[in-house]
Amino acid sequence: MNVGGPDMAPHTPQRSSRPGEAAARLGPVLEVSDLQTHFFSFGGSRVVKAVDRVSFTLHEGETLGLVGESGSGKTTTCLSIVGLLPRAARIVGGSVVFEGEDLTRKSQRELRRIRGRRIAVILQDPMVSLNPLFTIFRQVAEPAFFHQHLRGRSLRERVQHLLRVVRIPSPEWRMREYPHQMSGGMRQRIVGAIALAGGPSLVIADEPTTNLDVTIQAQYLDLLKDIQRETGVALIFVTHNLGIVAKMCDKVAVMYAGKLIERAPVRELFDDPKHPYTRALLGAVPKLGSKEPLYSIAGQPPNLANLPAGCSFHPRCPEALPRCVSEEPGDFHLGDGSVARCWLVEGKNEAGAHRGRARS
Amino acid sequence: MAEPVLEVRGLKKHFPVRHGLLGRGKTWVKAVDGVDFAIHPGETLGLIGESGCGKTTTSKLILLQETPTAGSIAFEGRDIAALEGTELMAYRRAVQVVFQDPFSSLSPRMRVEDIIAEPLEIHTDLSRAAVGKRVAEVLELVGLQPDVAPLFPHEFSGGQRQRIAIARALATNTRLIVLDEPVSALDVSVRAQIINQLEHLQRTLGVSYLFIGHDLATVAHISHRIAVMYLGKIVESADSDTLCARPMHPYTKALFAAALPSHPDDPQQERAIAGEVPSALRLPSGCRFHPRCPSAMPVCSEVEPTLQPRDGGGVVACHLYD
Repeated sequence: MNVGGPDMAPHTPQRSSRPGEAAARLGPVLEVSDLQTHFFSFGGSRVVKAVDRVSFTLHEGETLGLVGESGSGKTTTCLSIVGLLPRAARIVGGSVVFEGEDLTRKSQRELRRIRGRRIAVILQDPMVSLNPLFTIFRQVAEPAFFHQHLRGRSLRERVQHLLRVVRIPSPEWRMREYPHQMSGGMRQRIVGAIALAGGPSLVIADEPTTNLDVTIQAQYLDLLKDIQRETGVALIFVTHNLGIVAKMCDKVAVMYAGKLIERAPVRELFDDPKHPYTRALLGAVPKLGSKEPLYSIAGQPPNLANLPAGCSFHPRCPEALPRCVSEEPGDFHLGDGSVARCWLVEGKNEAGAHRGRARS
Repeated sequence: MAEPVLEVRGLKKHFPVRHGLLGRGKTWVKAVDGVDFAIHPGETLGLIGESGCGKTTTSKLILLQETPTAGSIAFEGRDIAALEGTELMAYRRAVQVVFQDPFSSLSPRMRVEDIIAEPLEIHTDLSRAAVGKRVAEVLELVGLQPDVAPLFPHEFSGGQRQRIAIARALATNTRLIVLDEPVSALDVSVRAQIINQLEHLQRTLGVSYLFIGHDLATVAHISHRIAVMYLGKIVESADSDTLCARPMHPYTKALFAAALPSHPDDPQQERAIAGEVPSALRLPSGCRFHPRCPSAMPVCSEVEPTLQPRDGGGVVACHLYD
């Protein structure tokens, strides 16, 4: 089973080599540095900092969990990467370097050649991603038709192959059907097939299993893992479910109010969360077999249009220091590879000098 | 043990489906097909299963939104199908519901005070001042300030709206609240707040819950007992601790296998069960779970297992334990 590259016959193993890929293999697939995306309303008089100096890197075959509650900027971060921001939003700073090219400097025309081919997106609700009026064949074939210029029999074979990869039974029949004839889990797998159609090196999955049953969710996550093992695709998993992070991810970035407040390898994050918000998130998840009261943070996430001064989390933080109210903390790089944006970790086991907002 | 608040016996609900030319053919969807359980005062019964297994139909039958095809539901010892007039009103007053999505369960055109006062106006003859006092009381019970009463639902976050829905459910000295996936639509930190709040309310008011959900960890956390449903039948039911420590039915085991780990180093199950819930229109013969069951035997496709007492208390319907 292989997913195949963009310009090869359906059953050839290995991925394709495309220009720049050899170079990209050495460096990270994706490097986001100091990304800032703001929403402008009322003629630009009001600015909402939806994504505020977000940095992370992702290598081939790695999975990053982007965690946070609704309104924390997870989705805007992803839309900034692929250049699908709504009209009111603009990237005002930072860079998104994908396979050596800065995507923030590309035109929409150039981005169209990248999206659906080298970067694919899976959204939460498959009924929104799929067009109810077109057959499964037509929708799965689209990327191969436009990007790889496949036609006729090779296109049909390619589609059948992709459907087989995502474990759709009897694809030769199923591809003639419409989305409403599929179950929720199958629809989401078909969206997965569309995402894989271009042979991407990065897949961004925005809460892909939120609407699925637990058993179907487990099947889908296993499938994504298998595909990743075979193709080496890098994954960004946007979720608020820390169980999914524990199961799927190599590293985690936690967002709060538009900022990355902690990023760490997955084990370090679960064993020794540095930021009080991360600790609170971990404590809020019920554990099987435990009846302990859940840890709950008072209050709710702040309104991005009206952020508190200093650290955005300080009004809800049980461990807030006097300086948290007025001074915003920078990134503190810690010895175990994690980076936390919190005054509490200042000076604690820090790797080298305080580098503030420097990149990792 | 005290008399149960609610006792369900042999409950069935079959929906007719017409098909064929001019709709002359008729088949039945057996949404709920012989379900028994009891909920005691101050107790939470968790009902879990995948979508389409009949959890919500069961709750509708309890809420009198559907009439059962067969079987009975007894509330404090009296069959609710026989209730009329003031007794029926008393039942509707004592049993309330909180739905999954607080964005659609609260009318956007009503103020919070009117939303919470509505059941009071229907069910009690309190004066306006007394209603106002009760509204303030229940708002405080669910952790909201009484001065939010004149606001509209859109002025609240998801978690606060769910608190308002719970306040409405509590307003009439409720004995049983049906919680139909009440935290699925909420963020993690808010979810924890609501679950803690529900547990606190149960301790202080002694109200019983029927908690419907599909997230095993959440249901196990809040419930005293758990019933696992598959295609209209309860396949296993036991104490929450017993069930978590030793699930016996292969379907219960599959649900546990599909549950997400709470730490990356947790032992991961090899594989989740294959396949999806079959259509309730074409039920498999014998045990309904046998086409997906990893330990299915020849007898499973022929004879339907019945609920038998299981080790450690509770019941299980599976030929493996005959």
